[in-house]
Amino acid sequence: MVKKIKGLTLEFMPYSEIRDLDSGGRIKKILDVVLRGKIIVLQGRLRPDEETRLIEDTMAMIGHVKNFRGIELAVIGSSNGDSKFFQKLGQGVAKMLVGDTASMTIIGPASIVKEIKRNPKKIELMLKG
Amino acid sequence: MALKIIKNFARRIFNSIFGKKKEMSLGFYGPPNAGKTSLANQICQDWIGEDFGSVSNVPHETRHVSFKEQVVITNKDKKITFKLVDTPGITTKIDYEEFIKFGMKKKEAQKRAKEATEGIIESIKWIEDMDAVVVVLDATLNPYSQVNITIIGNLAARKIPILIVANKVDLKKADVKKIEAAFPEYDVVGISAKTGKNIDKFYEALFKLVK
Repeated sequence: MVKKIKGLTLEFMPYSEIRDLDSGGRIKKILDVVLRGKIIVLQGRLRPDEETRLIEDTMAMIGHVKNFRGIELAVIGSSNGDSKFFQKLGQGVAKMLVGDTASMTIIGPASIVKEIKRNPKKIELMLKG
Repeated sequence: MALKIIKNFARRIFNSIFGKKKEMSLGFYGPPNAGKTSLANQICQDWIGEDFGSVSNVPHETRHVSFKEQVVITNKDKKITFKLVDTPGITTKIDYEEFIKFGMKKKEAQKRAKEATEGIIESIKWIEDMDAVVVVLDATLNPYSQVNITIIGNLAARKIPILIVANKVDLKKADVKKIEAAFPEYDVVGISAKTGKNIDKFYEALFKLVK
């Protein structure tokens, strides 16, 4: 499911979409979406080893993929505290998309998040819109 | 992965039952610029009278895993020989333009960024070789970053003992309680690696961790 909010593209990925993939397949699927400039809202979360593999694969891509500077990663769930930008973004959008029951992982290209951080009002307007 | 975890766990159990290893690998992990190398330097100065590596205000000063072997630390009547392993700071993003802000030329900044990405991959690969890890966090920053949670979650999944250091308590903005609240299941020691403040408490916590 792809949800467009005035120029910002969020892709909701139900856990069922990655459940049957191995770790490599999961990471590839996620990074494919991120490399298209979209922010993923993944239902549930990756395993700790998959999270570090995501970081490793991200690092391997920086310098090899034009203008790719890495990712922003946030897990919003029972065990996490406040996570600044993504929490605000996540809680609003996630509730809209999947309700407030499960933890979720939000992954986006760092360059897009940097742009939003420069002008936080922009994202607030987007979410209100 | 699962096999490696079981293997490492079994090795630690075996060592604890049938005698100590000659050296205990102690890793310093954490985000960039938290003070991992500064702490390693403080420890090395305390016990072998020399520095471990260079430190800088520019992030990603440490871009390769480096280690110092046979560092003997004593605490009360106990003595343990460590292999100190300093690692590049782990992050999810590296933008060479950030280095340009510190006065670097574009080429130099791009080279540093490339080395930093490779360093992070190296850091992660070394995790499985650690007997215990000191996670060094900057106590002036929000501890709830996903990278911190990912590093600690990964170590916990591998059953590697963790000690959290809240560094930079010499700075006014430092908030050790916030780090304790973020990771209540781990011991947190507030120190200043730069001034040496509370370093004795660090050694006590370290020996409690690896006893």
